[in-house]
Amino acid sequence: MTDLFSKFDPLIEMRANLLQTGVTDPFGLVMERVVSPTVAICNGRETILLGTYNYMGMTFDPDVIQAGKDALDQFGSGTTGSRVLNGTYAGHKAVEQALKDFYGMDHAMVFSTGYQANLGIISTIAGKGDYIVLDIDSHASIWDGCKLGDAEVVPFKHNDLEAMEKRLKRIPEGAGKLVILEGVYSMLGDIAPLKEMIAVAKANGAMVLVDEAHSMGFIGPNGRGVAEDQGVLDQVDFVIGTFSKSVGTVGGFCVSNHPKFEIMRLVCRPYVFTASLPPSVVATACTSIRKLMHAADKRAHLWENSKTLHKGLREAGFQLGTSEPQSAIISVIMPDLERGAGMWEALLHEGLYVNLARPPATPAGMTLLRCSLCAEHSAEQVQTIIGMFTRAGKKTGIIGGA
Amino acid sequence: MTDRSEIYDQVTAQITPFNKKGIDLSEATTFAGDLEWDSLTVMDFVAAIEDEFDIIISMNMQAEIETVGQLVDAVAKLRG
Repeated sequence: MTDLFSKFDPLIEMRANLLQTGVTDPFGLVMERVVSPTVAICNGRETILLGTYNYMGMTFDPDVIQAGKDALDQFGSGTTGSRVLNGTYAGHKAVEQALKDFYGMDHAMVFSTGYQANLGIISTIAGKGDYIVLDIDSHASIWDGCKLGDAEVVPFKHNDLEAMEKRLKRIPEGAGKLVILEGVYSMLGDIAPLKEMIAVAKANGAMVLVDEAHSMGFIGPNGRGVAEDQGVLDQVDFVIGTFSKSVGTVGGFCVSNHPKFEIMRLVCRPYVFTASLPPSVVATACTSIRKLMHAADKRAHLWENSKTLHKGLREAGFQLGTSEPQSAIISVIMPDLERGAGMWEALLHEGLYVNLARPPATPAGMTLLRCSLCAEHSAEQVQTIIGMFTRAGKKTGIIGGA
Repeated sequence: MTDRSEIYDQVTAQITPFNKKGIDLSEATTFAGDLEWDSLTVMDFVAAIEDEFDIIISMNMQAEIETVGQLVDAVAKLRG
C-alpha cells in the first residue's frame, strides 16, 4: 500500500529539523487569555499582539459585543442552515444592508468566510472558455477560486502593469475576461497601482475584481479601501472583503453594482452548500461596519502607528518589505527560516507576538516577520515594540551591535 | 531548418538563464525532474516564453507540459 502521506515527508522533515534546534513552534502558539485587541496572555505572560489583522480594534468594542449578546439571546447560537433555505435571518439582511451603505453599492452578498467569498465568486463568474488574469502574488483563496472553476488562468508578475497588459491583449477575441487584483498584498504590505491597472483592464474589455481584505476600514477617506483611495472604486465590478480583519469577527462578502448580481445567490456553490453565519456573528459585524463608517480619527491614529513603526524599525537596521509604509502591515525580511524562527521566539520572550510567514505563502521564497498594527495600539506601545525588536534583533544577530 | 527546430532552439535559449545546474538539454528533459525547477522558477520561465513567442500558456495548459519537447509542440500549436 502506498502511504498517501508520503508526499508530506519533506515538510515533516523540515519541521522536525526546525524544532530540533529547540525553538518554540511558531505555528503552535496558544492565547490563554485575551485582554484587549492589543494584549493577550501567552505562555503565562502578557504579550503585545502585533500580528492579528485586527486593524481597527473592534473585537472588544462595547457596542459590538452588546449586539452579539443580544443576537445570541434573541436568535440562538446558530442558523443550522444554508442562506437559500433556513439560514437567512433578519441579521443577515441587516449586515448586507450595512455593507451596501458602507461601500455605496447596490448589492452585497455575505459568505461564511472571506476564503469562501473568493472561492465562490471567482469560480462562479469565470467559467469554461473565459480567462482570468491575476497577479502572481494573489492570496491562496484567489488561487483556489481559480482552481475550482473552469476558466483559463493566466498569472502576471506582481504589480507589473505592462506584463498584465500584454497578457490581456493576447486573449482570443470574444472570450470573457476577469482581472483579479488586491488592494493591499498582505505578505509585504505593499499596495497595487489600482488606478493604472484598472484603466488598462477596462480598456481591454475585462471585468475587475479587487480583494480589499487588508484595506477595509482603514485605507481611503471612508475606509472603503485602496480603490477608493485612488478614486477608482466606481470602476471595480466586484469588491471582495472579509469580517475577520478590521470588522473584528468572521465572514466574507462581495459587493457589486452589477445589475444581475443577485442571481449569484442561486448559482454560487460555496454560498449555497454551507451553513450561514451565526446570528451573533452577523450582529457584531453589522454594528462594527456601521461604526467603521465614522472612524476617521482611528484611521488617522493607525496611520501614525504604521509610520512610527516603519521608521523605528528601519532606523534600527531591519530590512523591510516596503521602502515607505503603505498599509497597516510592516513586513520585516529575515535571512532564512531558521534565523526567522529564532527572531520570532526572541520577540515572544520579549512579550511580543508577530506572524512568522514562510514559503509558499511568501513571495520569492522569503521568510518574513509580519507585523500588523492596530488603531488601539497606543503611541507608547509602538515605542515599546520598537525597543523589543531592537533587543531581540541584536540578541539573534539579525541587526548589528550588541 | 524547420519551424519546429527553430522553436526548439528558441525554447532552449530561454531555458539557459534558468538552467543553474547546467543540465544537458534534449526533447526528453523534464522541468520538474531534470531541471529541478520549483513553482516560482516555472512561473518566471513561462512568462519569458510567453513574451518570446507572444502567446498565452495558461496554468491549465502548463499542467500538461512536462518535457522540453512537449513545450515546443505546445508553442508550435499556440502560434498557429
